[in-house]
Amino acid sequence: MGKKIESDFKNILICLLIITAVSAGILGLVYSLTEKPIEETKKLNKENAIKKVLPDYDRMEECKVPIESAVENNVFKKEAKADSLSIYKAYQGETLVALAVETFSDNGFGGRVKLMVGFQADGSIKRIEVLEHHETPGLGDKMEPAKSDFSKQFESMKNFPVKVKKDGGEIDAITAATISSRAYCDAVNRAHDAILSIIGGEDNE
Amino acid sequence: MNKWKIFTNGLLKENPTFVLLLGMCPTLGVTTSAINGLGMGLATTFVLILSNIVISTLKNVIPDTVRIPAFIVIIASFVTMVDLLMQAYIPDLHAQLGLFIPLIVVNCLVLGRAEAFASKNNVLNSTIDGLGMGLGFTCSLTLLGIVREFLGNISFFSHKLANIDGALVFVLAPGGFLALGLLLALINSIKNRETSR
Repeated sequence: MGKKIESDFKNILICLLIITAVSAGILGLVYSLTEKPIEETKKLNKENAIKKVLPDYDRMEECKVPIESAVENNVFKKEAKADSLSIYKAYQGETLVALAVETFSDNGFGGRVKLMVGFQADGSIKRIEVLEHHETPGLGDKMEPAKSDFSKQFESMKNFPVKVKKDGGEIDAITAATISSRAYCDAVNRAHDAILSIIGGEDNE
Repeated sequence: MNKWKIFTNGLLKENPTFVLLLGMCPTLGVTTSAINGLGMGLATTFVLILSNIVISTLKNVIPDTVRIPAFIVIIASFVTMVDLLMQAYIPDLHAQLGLFIPLIVVNCLVLGRAEAFASKNNVLNSTIDGLGMGLGFTCSLTLLGIVREFLGNISFFSHKLANIDGALVFVLAPGGFLALGLLLALINSIKNRETSR
């Protein structure tokens, strides 16, 4: 075995400096290489989700709706404060046929849950896709449409706010993942609040 | 020590999960289903091989007193690289495993092998050790995942075997300890029988 260098202050300093500098350099390089593909994947996922939750349409318009009281400020949550939701309005000719809302909730078991909720023009839910979540694998991740029928319950639902049965609503929560289910409902309700300003809330009363 | 012995050492004799009991955090946390266990095992294997190679190359220029922070920096860099690369080029797999990749940094198996093997052996042997230990870890995580998924959900690699509910506790955290304990008892009793023969 070769001779090991001595542990004096100078060597320690140089060694740690070089290792951390090289690591930082490599990570920076990898980050800049992967930044674009990652962005593209996210964009693609979002577009796919919009297509899945909306019926056929000719034209799409994007707008942002501010949310006021909905987001509670919590210093322990690291996610950036969100102050508006993106709404994608789908038109067939000149009539508004459906809306997709990119919504979220910070009440998930593992942080922020992001959903894409599709609404019919009458305000009922068409379909919901999960964009991003950090819920427990095997439990909370059943909110993904591919993993369980949980999200199907919401389809064509009209009574807002939606709630899980434990809270007096109509939704069967995911077994052993009530917190995740509540966050899901929270995000759906937030999306519904946002579209009221566009389609009007009269059919809801 | 010959190469084959180094390789099988990690797979069987010093299997990281069932014999050394290293890396328990991802072992218990991730193995809620077989596919999660497999993916976590493979990602860990990848990091383990790379970090073993780099650490055994640098073993003589890292002063003893700061070897742990140096190792951790190297391991964490690889984990972050794997995370970013997976996110960029295999987004489907990342969607499944993304939650667990950062956990590899705190897996004491990786640091353990760096400390116990790579810092004392040459590059080739360290690579083989990383491969053997990694595959041993992968096999045991997959096995644990299969057992927990079967008992908890009555399914095998997400294929439902029968339309009945399993004992959900096995998918939850306490079930991880139960399943691991039962498997350990089984493996130890087989081993004892073989040695007494």
